Amino acid sequence: MNHFPQAWGRPRDDIYGHYDASFLQSSGPNQHTQSPVVTGTSVIAVKFKDGVVVAADNLASYGSLARFTDVKRLRTFNDTTVIGFGGDVSDMQYLDRVLSSLDIKESYANDGHHLNAKNLHTYLAKVLYKRRSDFNPLWNQLLVAGTDDDGKPFLSSADLLGTTFSAPTLATGFGAHLAQPLLRRIVPDEAAVGGITQEAAVAAVKECMKVLFYRDARSLDKYSIAVVTNEGIDLKEDEKLEAQSWAFAEGIRGYGTQVS
Amino acid sequence: MVRTGYDLSNSVFSPDGRNFQVEYATKAVENGGTAIGIRCKDGVVLAVEKIITSKLLKPGTNKRIATVDKHVGVVSSGLVPDGRHFVSRARDEASSWRRFIKSPIPTSIIASRLGSYVQMYTLYSSVRPFGVTTIIGGWDSEEELPVDGQVGSGPKMGAGGKDESLRSGGPGLYMIEPSGLYWGYYGAATGKGRQVAKGELEKLNLQNGTLSLLEGVKEAARIIYVAHDDSKDKDFELEMTWISGKDGPTKGRHEEVPAKLREEAEKAAKKALEGEDEEDDSSKGDKMEE
Repeated sequence: MNHFPQAWGRPRDDIYGHYDASFLQSSGPNQHTQSPVVTGTSVIAVKFKDGVVVAADNLASYGSLARFTDVKRLRTFNDTTVIGFGGDVSDMQYLDRVLSSLDIKESYANDGHHLNAKNLHTYLAKVLYKRRSDFNPLWNQLLVAGTDDDGKPFLSSADLLGTTFSAPTLATGFGAHLAQPLLRRIVPDEAAVGGITQEAAVAAVKECMKVLFYRDARSLDKYSIAVVTNEGIDLKEDEKLEAQSWAFAEGIRGYGTQVS
Repeated sequence: MVRTGYDLSNSVFSPDGRNFQVEYATKAVENGGTAIGIRCKDGVVLAVEKIITSKLLKPGTNKRIATVDKHVGVVSSGLVPDGRHFVSRARDEASSWRRFIKSPIPTSIIASRLGSYVQMYTLYSSVRPFGVTTIIGGWDSEEELPVDGQVGSGPKMGAGGKDESLRSGGPGLYMIEPSGLYWGYYGAATGKGRQVAKGELEKLNLQNGTLSLLEGVKEAARIIYVAHDDSKDKDFELEMTWISGKDGPTKGRHEEVPAKLREEAEKAAKKALEGEDEEDDSSKGDKMEE
């Protein structure tokens, strides 16, 4: 017996030879998230004259497996802001709890001030940047939609690196390649926002969701769509893509059964 | 009990089984502004008579009713700093419940936890009991709540199942005294005007479960005005908060009663007072602005 606690209760070295205690060591590199596990695909959003329309499908994929098909990826805050989450679903759940506790802490003051979408975006971007600086990122891309200090439509993104970006139309993931160009046709710049009605914005977003379902193999025909205005949030979480036409599939050549 | 020495230390019984320190704490409460809680059929109202100690204080500030969690509010009467500490403990309890259980704390449980906390301050000579009696109001969701952060609905089939006829949730109202004693109430009152306020609360027949939240707000304002003693304190502000269910005005959250509704209730309260005794001057109405 000696005074090293790690030797207590172990076979004696002088009889059994040196005990390999390496498994007791906790040294070695810290392992943080290296890649997302269960993921959500695109989130798309577009500003219109009175607010913002956001949409995301209800799928959480496990790799290429469509694992969960009723996942709500649009989360509301304060009845004034919608946050669309792409990327890791468990990190989204964590952020949802962070937001819930932020909401409660904000209500302590009871001074009539409420966090708006702009404030919330700043906060989330800082959380994400802090985590990436710890080499332990929250593996998400977010779109934050609502109104700013002046009650004007607000839309901005933040990602796992803490990068922020604002534009009148935004999309994450596959949508950044497929939906963003389509949305830009309708709202090319900030000046065009004033001329877009809610109906036009909703129609454009729905069309983009359909295109994404056609071409993104990690997407679903069930989706959530939210319209955020100064009057509040109209969130529908059980929408289905309408009027799909797969006629274009006939023309696809080069893989699958139609080789030439 | 004069100079028997049994009141000099906390946690010491007198030969006839009393804890004098706790009784003195109760005396401190009896000097606090009246606080009441009403458990209505569709929500809870909390109200307090906030006595204005100085004209130099900004009206509408230094709130006395605190939010503990989204769905729980607390009002206390007695020593204000003791009330503040109580609220801070309540917030810790509520948030740690959320951290472990991932759902809002039921009103009954937070009342029980805080009751135990207050009781512990009667057990040791190194501390003194709380100089507050606290009223806790809450609304437990009547719907099946998702776990905090939940994103899907889970399996549609499998073992288990539940009794659809079972109902849970609804309004909760509890009052904790300096001894740690707590009960659930239909209507609770503490502070200076508690006797009058209790009399008025009894007249409301709250046990029938017919009083609506909106009527409750009107009654709460009226009771605070009735219980107010003009000869002792001239100035006071009425502070009122409420909690309703998902379909009600606050959507399950503890919030301040909107200024417009509160002013309306105050106007009605003053009118009711004037009707009671004609000579009563209604000058005390003008100090209530935010």
